[in-house]
Amino acid sequence: MKRTTIDLWVGLFVVGGLAALLVLALKVGNATTVTAADGYRVTAEFDNIGGLKPRAPVKSAGVVVGRVASIAFDNDKFVARVTMLLDKTYRFPKDTTASILTSGLLGEQYIGLDGGGDDEVLKDGDRMRLTQSAMVLEKMISRFLYSKAEEGPQGDRP
Amino acid sequence: MIGALDRGLRHLGARVVDGIWKLGAASRFTATLLLRSGTSLRRFQLTLDEIHFAGVLSLIIIIVSGLFVGLVLGLQGYETLKRYGSAEALGTLVALSLVRELGPVVSALLFASRAGSAITAKIGIMKSTEQLSAMEMMAVDPFARVLAPIFWGGAISMPLLAAIFSAFGVFGGYLIGVVIIGVDAGAFWSQMQASVDLWDDVMNGVIKSAVFGVAVTLIALFEGYDAPPTAEGVSYAVTRTVVTSALAVLALDFVLTSFMFTGV
Repeated sequence: MKRTTIDLWVGLFVVGGLAALLVLALKVGNATTVTAADGYRVTAEFDNIGGLKPRAPVKSAGVVVGRVASIAFDNDKFVARVTMLLDKTYRFPKDTTASILTSGLLGEQYIGLDGGGDDEVLKDGDRMRLTQSAMVLEKMISRFLYSKAEEGPQGDRP
Repeated sequence: MIGALDRGLRHLGARVVDGIWKLGAASRFTATLLLRSGTSLRRFQLTLDEIHFAGVLSLIIIIVSGLFVGLVLGLQGYETLKRYGSAEALGTLVALSLVRELGPVVSALLFASRAGSAITAKIGIMKSTEQLSAMEMMAVDPFARVLAPIFWGGAISMPLLAAIFSAFGVFGGYLIGVVIIGVDAGAFWSQMQASVDLWDDVMNGVIKSAVFGVAVTLIALFEGYDAPPTAEGVSYAVTRTVVTSALAVLALDFVLTSFMFTGV
């Protein structure tokens, strides 16, 4: 084989390109998240999920413990059924509360888990009974306005 | 008056017919190229040489441009994000804009002007000096021996170049954001990792750059093969390669983006 320098450079180029891809996948992207193999699925039903999306983080005490696997609409109960994939190294009691929270003022929405006191832990396929829906800004404002209107006559108007 | 209108219409008609003729010729050219690609896989040394030409020799411009695009993104992004008190989101901004858009598109544009123009010039001159005809006379298929290896070399090099561009861009953003301005390094990387998805973002970027590589290399090869065999013809063909592939890359980018990043 002649022209070994070209082979060497092409080899270096391909290795460099693949290394760049690997860096993008591991360092920039989140290839190292929970996969179906090493996690368990639990579901929760919410009256309103707000802007929650699939792959949103599930956090407990601020630590990411899983991801939202899928979101479906239950046409019988008119609620949203959210399936979460939790890392199996973390165990939560049966009476864990799942609430939809927002990171920061305008950040993305995630599910927060607050552990309860039950002795039994959630297993694959279980459903969390205690949930708290997302805060919808319009509802909060209208509630605020109604409460203002109720106390209106005794208010600061002369 | 009527004469001018007549001439205008004739000119327009000739342009349209010429465009359609060219499209048909390009499709036939592509089909022939793909059908006779066997040699470039069997004699892989030919393809390796073309990867060396299209990929390795483009590395410098790709690395330097990627680094500078990342530096500028870091600076501009920081100035804007600072106003909303979310300078830690700089990592997300730099990584997403590079991996999704700038990496594939800018490296494809650079690739078109660095490698595409050279491919057109090479093929055009081989045609005008009748080297391609001479090959046919010797029963050597120019498609299999010359054109297909160039095509595969370009198609293989482009995704790797785009990945290198994005990686160096992220490094540039890190240099400006974390090393010089002083954004918290942990927040920079963790916010980036939380919002960049392996399949939705990184892999779609790779798919984009592969499509761009195929498009740019095909345009360059066809313009060279189709060039009138004169010095002027070749020079026009080189210009057309750069212009057409830039437009094709941008249009394809819009189409691919509207397919990839819709919905949830």
